[in-house]
Formats: sequence, structure tokens, C-alpha cells
Amino acid sequence: MAGLAATLGAGAMTNSISEIEGCPVIFVIGSNTTEAHPVISYSMKRAVKKGALLIVVDPRKIELTRWATRHFQHNVGSDIALLNAVMREIIKNGHHDTEFIENCTEGFEELKRTVEEYTPEKAAEICGLRPDEIRELALMLGTAEKAGLFYTLGITEHITGTDNVKTCANLQMLLGNVGVESAGVNPLRGQNNVQGACDMGVLPDVYTGYQKASDPAVRKKFEEAWGMEGLPDTDGTKIPAMFDGILNGDVKALYLIGENVVMSEPNQTHTIEALKELGFLIVQDIFMNETAEYADVVLPAACFAEKDGTFTNTERRVQRIRKAVEPPGEARDDWWIIKELSARMGRSMEYGSPVDIWDEIRGLTPSMKGITYERIKDDGLQWPCCGDEDPGTAYLYCGGKFPMGRAKFCPAQWKPPAEVPDDEYPFILTTGRRLWHYHTGTQTRRSAGFEEKFPEELIEINNEDADRLDINNGDYVMAVSRRGKVKVKVWVTDRVLPGVCFMSFHFHEACSNVLTNDVFDPVAGTAEYKACAIKIVKDGQEARGDGR
Amino acid sequence: MNKITLNIDGRELQAKSGQSLLSVARENGIYIPTLCYHPRTKKAGKCRICVVAVEGLPGLQVSCSLAAADGMIVHTYTKKIIETRKMIVELYLASGKHDCPTCEADGECELQDVAKVLGIEKSGFPMSDKGYVTDSSSPMIIRDMNKCIHCYRCIVGCNDLVVNEVIEMGYRGSRMTVVCDLDSPMGDSSCVICGECVQLCPTGALTEKKAAGKESNRDTVKVRTTCPYCGVGCQIFLHVRDNEILKVTGVEAAKPNYGSLCIKGRFGYDFVNSHDRLKSPLVRKDGKLVEVSWDEALDYTAKKLSQIKNDHGPDSIVGIGCARTTNEDNYLMMKLMRGVIGTNNVDHCART
Repeated sequence: MAGLAATLGAGAMTNSISEIEGCPVIFVIGSNTTEAHPVISYSMKRAVKKGALLIVVDPRKIELTRWATRHFQHNVGSDIALLNAVMREIIKNGHHDTEFIENCTEGFEELKRTVEEYTPEKAAEICGLRPDEIRELALMLGTAEKAGLFYTLGITEHITGTDNVKTCANLQMLLGNVGVESAGVNPLRGQNNVQGACDMGVLPDVYTGYQKASDPAVRKKFEEAWGMEGLPDTDGTKIPAMFDGILNGDVKALYLIGENVVMSEPNQTHTIEALKELGFLIVQDIFMNETAEYADVVLPAACFAEKDGTFTNTERRVQRIRKAVEPPGEARDDWWIIKELSARMGRSMEYGSPVDIWDEIRGLTPSMKGITYERIKDDGLQWPCCGDEDPGTAYLYCGGKFPMGRAKFCPAQWKPPAEVPDDEYPFILTTGRRLWHYHTGTQTRRSAGFEEKFPEELIEINNEDADRLDINNGDYVMAVSRRGKVKVKVWVTDRVLPGVCFMSFHFHEACSNVLTNDVFDPVAGTAEYKACAIKIVKDGQEARGDGR
Repeated sequence: MNKITLNIDGRELQAKSGQSLLSVARENGIYIPTLCYHPRTKKAGKCRICVVAVEGLPGLQVSCSLAAADGMIVHTYTKKIIETRKMIVELYLASGKHDCPTCEADGECELQDVAKVLGIEKSGFPMSDKGYVTDSSSPMIIRDMNKCIHCYRCIVGCNDLVVNEVIEMGYRGSRMTVVCDLDSPMGDSSCVICGECVQLCPTGALTEKKAAGKESNRDTVKVRTTCPYCGVGCQIFLHVRDNEILKVTGVEAAKPNYGSLCIKGRFGYDFVNSHDRLKSPLVRKDGKLVEVSWDEALDYTAKKLSQIKNDHGPDSIVGIGCARTTNEDNYLMMKLMRGVIGTNNVDHCART
């Protein structure tokens, strides 16, 4: 999100889901849409049926490629090299939108200088594509009337995640594909309310609506509204630094709501080491998950079906959730638990129900001021929505109007993932989700029928690698990285290229995050889940990759 | 589009040129039954029970497929129309195993509804047995082709709405039936179990396995809410009875999903009623987590946090909020960390 805030102004999807069907060109990069966001993939596929071009750039032959006009199967972590070369070609062909660039952006000359060195030949070598494929991609995008770009964690979960996002935004700005309907830069958010949690200021540097914690005027506003003094003025720490802080003794207590960090953070050994070291761990969740095992206090929470409130979806739409059943036993709403805790720490919070909290939020958040429970009862409202009459905003930056005045090109240089294959660890492991499960499996593995379709984790290995290593479909192998090892069943498939493996983090019995690398994007703090080096060990013998 | 005027059942009505007669009638609250037509799969022209009489045109006309024209005089309720509809429905009822008392769709079957409206208690024709074996191979969906009325809704849904392109009409003549892939059992086919076909099916040909035997159409309350899985924010109905979610359906005509869902949104609900939900606060005592009251858990937690804040400063406490829970919960978490504890050390997994 930091990449979008720097280039365009707001860390959110620029356009709306309902606009996808109107895109003449859909450019999907680093998003396994049919599995991770199936309902959005329906819109994309409908657009294809109506004649749209669908371009997929992904290191795996994902399901969506079945409907793609072209699939460019590039190397893991080569996105910036590819897009820089594409931009170079677009400029060379004169297909860039000079009017938009001149009137609405700044930094074009610097971008031009940066991308100049990314010739198709040079980029092709980095990306594992042919130079003519890069030229073809540039031509497809350059000659399109407009195109919508869609990405997910394939772009962000790299040490260059922020630069990857900036590069996606650079491309769309270059083509004038921002501020218009059925176009834009569209991160598809992976969790029901990840957009909302960001919007609510559950981030170390901002309050609601991205109001800076470092701004004295913002702090003063919240101090007055909350009747509290001396709100902290130094930016806080992000999750990775929290775990490091535990290990170096700075952090003594962690209050964790609904996150199964043992399964979801990279380098599981490191996470567990930190949790064991931690003085006081509070886990508030709906299940006794892998992380709760280390807790000093476990607080049972109500789940989505048991409470009222709002979620904000990937297109900035604030939507209602409604209580349908009673929570089990003594489980309570999260807000009630926090309110009670606050009271016992000497600060009473007076709320009777979630709507009281929402009304406080919108009073303090100009971009959501016009969003009331009454108005969102059916289809919700998309922020910015600043007043009672404001219908909300389907797409941002209409007419090239940006919060910073102009959008800013932020050119970036390509650099390889922190860990690349070598003789000892010859495969590159990339990770993600599968259609049949969700995240750490706490919900889907407790729902009947899912494990019939996908009962255990599989590591995807290319046919050529499997042949050479004498591994058969269904064999068990040991996947080993510098940080850990897991025993996992093999799926021999051409979904991955030779030298590449894929796993998910759905199964605690064989979780990819035992292997993943706890290195982070320096700006966003996002871990490089999408690339680490592994070896495959079979029957006690090390299997060799081709070092691609 | 040009405005036109036509007369339906003696009422002068405005319509857009090109609009179907069915659509004009429905907009004006005039009941015409349909089985194959659905607002999302549109006209199919298959079932023919939406027939109406148009003056000047021979026979009866299919209202879902006939465009309204200026000056048209239409009748939707004549003896001949009712007899024709009755005949069609009786033939449908006899065409397969439409035995309502044992059918999962009982109470939510459009064929049953139409039969009731037309006052048909029993088909005048003998019930035929198509002899299809019920396909229970999918973990979530039961297919009974003996109850299929060939409305094509599921086919249009699978191919044109969710574009999963799994089901098609196979075979010819009297053997014509809906097939998955090249007539594989659904569980072995390329079906991704989005359940679109089940939601669109007007009869009991496609039903939900997990709801089977639970009479999920009887005395249930439908609660509209938002799907708890990915960030699309699909609008769903939870079908609830006695504190149990019996099934989930997509909300038609609502942004952003317009009724469509995926396997997780439609079928991934039973974790809510899982026997191993956390039901009591737990506090670790002598190395073991033991059940305690809320008062004890909260007093202990507040005391510990206050003590740590006192001894090591507010920045020694960190909070991780939740991308799964509500805005209201997250806002309060943020307020607790900043306002009560006094640290900006608050984050969540915006990155996974």
C-alpha cells in the first residue's frame, strides 16, 4: 500500500469490481485470481467472453491462464525488470499518454532515464522470457484503448514489494490508465477486512483514514475526541520488528487478535522462538490455534456470524455484517472485550453497540463522514464519501485529480530476491493460496467437504525436475530451506517451470512458512513469502535442481 | 431508447422499445410464471409457461422472448392461457421424479410454486422414471437428473456468469441431460464447486449436500451479511434456524457479487458451529491454560498490562489487530493501544 500512497495518493484499489467487465484489456500480474478471489475472476472471464484481452503475467500456469489471451510465465521476482522493459518499449513506440503525463504527473524524465537501460534483451535474460515476448506485451498494452491492472501478493510479497507496486503504478500512469473508468491500479485484498483494518489505523504510523500519527494536529484532534492526553508521537513498530523486539528484550507483551502468527509469519522457527521468549501473550480468537498454545491468556471471541458491525471490501466499500446466531459459551464480541479491558486499565469507553463506535469513527475521519449504518444497509458505500449527500466514489482520481496535486512517477531498479537458488538449495519456492482452503486452515479445515477435495498439502514440482530426480506424483519428499524442513507430498505438474516449486500455508502438518525467508520490504515490512531457496530431499538423498 | 405504450390486461403501460413483455409485466406487478427465465440468466425460451395472448398474433406468445411493441394489446390471464400453463406444468410434473414430500427442494421449488398457483395437486399424467442414478460424488452438491426440467439456467450460469465452463447439455432426444465435462460424475469433474448451479436451479435437481435432511427451507430466517473470507465482500444470506446456519446463498441483485459465490463463501460456514470453538476465557496457571471467568481473565490481563507499562514503558507492549474482524473492533484496538496503553506499536497482517 505504501507504493500506491507514494505514487497516486491512496493505498487502495483505484477502481471498482463492477468496472472489470468494461475493461478492454485486463492485465493480471501476481494474482492467482480464480483461486484467491474467485468471484472477481468471474468478472474477468465474463469480460474475456465479451472480447476483452486478458494478459496474465505469473510464474505459474495458474487456472486463469485457461482464459488468457497471452500468458507470460516469467521468473519469480523479475517483475520490475519486465515492467521497466515494457515501459521502455511503450515510450519508444510513442504509445505513452503524453497529455496525461504532462498535465497530471511529475517525474516522467526520471522514469524515462531509469527504464532506458532495461532493453528487452537485458530484461528477457532476467525474466526468463524472449525479447520478442516483452515487445509483444508492450505492444498489447501500448495499443490498448485502456487497461485495468490487477495484482495481489505476487507483487507485494517481495523485499522489493513497495518498488513492485510503484512500478505497476508507473506503468498505468505512463499509459494514462488512472482516473478513468474500467482501468486503474487494483490491488485485490486477500482478507475480508484487511482494507478496513488499514483504514481504521491499525498501522504503526496512521490513525483512521490514513491521518498521520506524526502530525500534531491529528493527535490533538484525537486527544480532544477521546478525552485523552499525550498520544504517542513516534511511529510504532511493524510486525517483523515486534518479533525481533521480543527476542532482543524490548517487547514484553503482545496482544494478538485473530492472527495465527505461528502459521502465517515467515520462518516459523523464529516466530515460535519469539513466542516462547515473550513475557506475556494475550490471544483473542475463535479457536485454540497453533499460536494460542503459547498464550498466557486466551480470550474467546465471537465470529462474523455472531455480531454486528462493518467490513470494508477490496474496492473501499463499507458493508454491514449482521448477527445471525449466538456465540458459543462465553465468547464475546471483540469490541466488548477491548472496552472491558480498557475500563479495567482506568479508561472507560462508553459504547452500547457497534453503531456507537462507527459514529465516532466517521466523526473523526473526513473520507468516511457520509457513511452511516442507515445508508449502507444494502449495497454499502465506497470511500471517499464525505457528506450525507455524497454517493461515494467508484473510481479514484477522476479527471486526473490527485490528492498530492500530481501523481508521481517513482522509478525503481530491479534486484533479485534475497535468496536465490544455488548449488546447495537449487529450487526456488514460491507460496500462496489454494481454492480449496483459506489461510491457516482454521475455518475451511473445520468445514465439511473441503478436505475431500484437498486433504493435504502438495508441493508442486515440474515434470522435468520430477523425471530427472525420479520422483513420482504422490511421493513424499522433504522440502528443506536454510530455516527448516517439512515432509510433503509431491504434485508433479507443469503449472510450475523447471526449478520452481509451490506450496501453501493452509496445513500445519506441512506449512510453507517453516521454509519461507523472514526478510522484509524495508518500507512496507512485507515478508518475501514469494521467494526462497529450497532443496528437495528424497529417501534421505538430496535431489538436485537445474539451478535455473 | 424509444418509449412505447402498450396495453396489458386492460392497463395502459409505458415501456422501452425492445423490452420483453415479461419484463414490462413484472415491472408493473403483473404476475406471469416462469421456470427457465431468471433475472441473471435471462430469457431461455424453454419452459413456455410464460405464454400470453397478443391480439393480432396467432396462438400464444412466449412473453420472455417477445419484445413489447407500441400499441400492443396483451392478455396474461385467459382460460386458454391458464389451461396451457396447467398442461405444461402437469407434463413437467410427470416428466421425472417430482415427488415433493421427499424432495430436498420442498418449500423452495419454483415448479412446486407454479403448480400451487395453478391449483395443480397432482399431475394428470403418470410420473415417469428417467432412471438416472443420483450423483452424490461432489462433496457439496447432490445432482438428481430425474428432477431436471432442462431449463438451461445452470448451464448459462456455469458458462456465462461464473464462466467455469463445466456443465453442458449432453446426449440427444429423450436421453438429453445435463452433464459435467464429458459426462463425469460431478465430484470427478473440473467443477470448482462454486454452487452457482444450485442457486439457479428451479427444482430439486441440484441441492446442497450439507443441508440434506435438515429441512433448510422450513422455518428458517435469512440474515443478510458479508462473506468472511477474501476481500471481495460478497453479499450473502445465512439461512438460520435454532442458532444453526443451515446453508448460505448469494444475495441476487446486490453489489459486488450479484448472487455468485465461491466454494468458501457458499460452503465454508460450518466452522461457526464447530464443537471446538473457544467457549471460555483461559489463563495459564502452573504452565497450563485453565478456564476462568471473564472477570478473572480481564482483571488479570489489565493488571499485567498496567504493570508491564509501568515497569518497562508503553512501547514494551505491542498489539496486532485483525484483518478478519470488523472496523469497529479494529478501531477500538487502535484506540486501546494508542490512547490507553500509549504506544503506536499497533499493526496487523496487512501483508498476508
